Amino acid sequence: MNRRLLPYGETAVLVEFDDPDDAVGLARALGRLRLPRVVDLVPGATTLLVRLDAPPTDALVDALRTTAVEAPDATTERVIEVSVHYDGEDLADVASLLGLTTQDLVSRHTASTWHVQFLGFAPGFAYLTSPDAGLDVPRRASPRSRVPAGSVALAGTWSGVYPRDSPGGWQLIGRTDFVAFDPGRVPAVGWRAGDRVRFVDADRPEPADVR
Amino acid sequence: MTLVVVRPGIQTLVEDLGRAGQASAGVGTSGAADRRSAALANACVGNHRTAAVLEVLLGRLVIRALHPCLVAVTGASGPLTIDGADADPGVPLRLHRGQELTLGVATTGLRRYLAVRGGIDAPRTLGSRSSDVLAGLGPAPVVTGQALSPGLLAAFDPRPVALPTSATHATYHDGPRLDRLDEASRTRLDGSRWTVSPTSNRTAVRLLGTPLTLSRPDELPSEGILPGAIQVPPNGEPLIFLADHPATGGYPVVGVLDADGLAAAAQWRPGVEIGLGREARGQTISL
Repeated sequence: MNRRLLPYGETAVLVEFDDPDDAVGLARALGRLRLPRVVDLVPGATTLLVRLDAPPTDALVDALRTTAVEAPDATTERVIEVSVHYDGEDLADVASLLGLTTQDLVSRHTASTWHVQFLGFAPGFAYLTSPDAGLDVPRRASPRSRVPAGSVALAGTWSGVYPRDSPGGWQLIGRTDFVAFDPGRVPAVGWRAGDRVRFVDADRPEPADVR
Repeated sequence: MTLVVVRPGIQTLVEDLGRAGQASAGVGTSGAADRRSAALANACVGNHRTAAVLEVLLGRLVIRALHPCLVAVTGASGPLTIDGADADPGVPLRLHRGQELTLGVATTGLRRYLAVRGGIDAPRTLGSRSSDVLAGLGPAPVVTGQALSPGLLAAFDPRPVALPTSATHATYHDGPRLDRLDEASRTRLDGSRWTVSPTSNRTAVRLLGTPLTLSRPDELPSEGILPGAIQVPPNGEPLIFLADHPATGGYPVVGVLDADGLAAAAQWRPGVEIGLGREARGQTISL
């Protein structure tokens, strides 16, 4: 199988995958099984951390090794649209790093479908990946001490939206009103691992239909 | 309103059992850093284990009872008085109207816990009254003049309470990335001694000492973090995550403290020398 079980102390197991999407796929399957002892399922970039309230039994280890990953079905798959003003402080720098015009950069960001791989760093912060966007940029050499909430950013091949004002080292390309995290809302997070995301340029009308 | 804060101390936070189970939303566990001391304080006053308590960094907290109430203090040891007269930790204490309870600065250990019968009432955020300092969730630190109201007593559900510990040695089990340490460092971690850094907080205990060496310098794709995880950043000085850990992190986790070790680590104060030792028995999964 294309997964490895790694120890994570007495009461957790880390499952590592060759295919990053399998982490969410196994979380989906295990979430449905509601196995005893499992108290949290935490997808990472290529892993699923299975948090337990007691040491794992042999049956549980077996289940982690053999449970088939589950693809999203039509009822659970969501596509979230995020409207962006592409006027970020680093937009021009990032475009020139990539040898693109700013408009090309915006086009690449909006043309691709992004996947929520996992959440981390801060509540509601989603690591979005898009195999076909072809965007790979370094983090800023010196992180900002304050990145405003709603900032749309790039780092490595990831894209993200800062849910709240926080320090951050990602390159800022725009801003959005999309609220990724609101503790007073149910659910508090605006997206979850496995969701699809489309960014839309808020300052440009939809492209005209092909005539 | 039953109690009023006369002096808030160095940092006094409302904490309960936290928000375990929400890491997939990027939300860390939070809750009392030393859960055993918090649980014992609740048990002393007949509270349900989910009741919120005050977590008092070192001390200097003074509260006045506006109505009679039952309280208990556990955790780090230090001066404890009611209207100037010595009081005992770890037992129920009755405060009469107008009496002042003073927690002096702890002499050993780092965090003191104060439970009030009925629990500290505060709005819940994502199901918990805990203050998560890293994520900025939950109640702000307690301030002078703040009124503290007990909540409604939940059904009494007595369970055995694991006793608090003041050990300066902690046992860890293997973490998923132990193989990221070179062989010498892997061996050395077992039995290693460290000094607790003054930059330690509720997020992590940071350790100072002879750095460990990573065999692979490349960054790791981010993966889940739990309280007790021993992480080794590129500078080789490990940190041990506590209650307000981030949900994920990108440096290798080489070990994870057991429950005893985690309870002990929450009481380690800056400058103290501590030891780490490996336990391989009972390990279901090996690297």
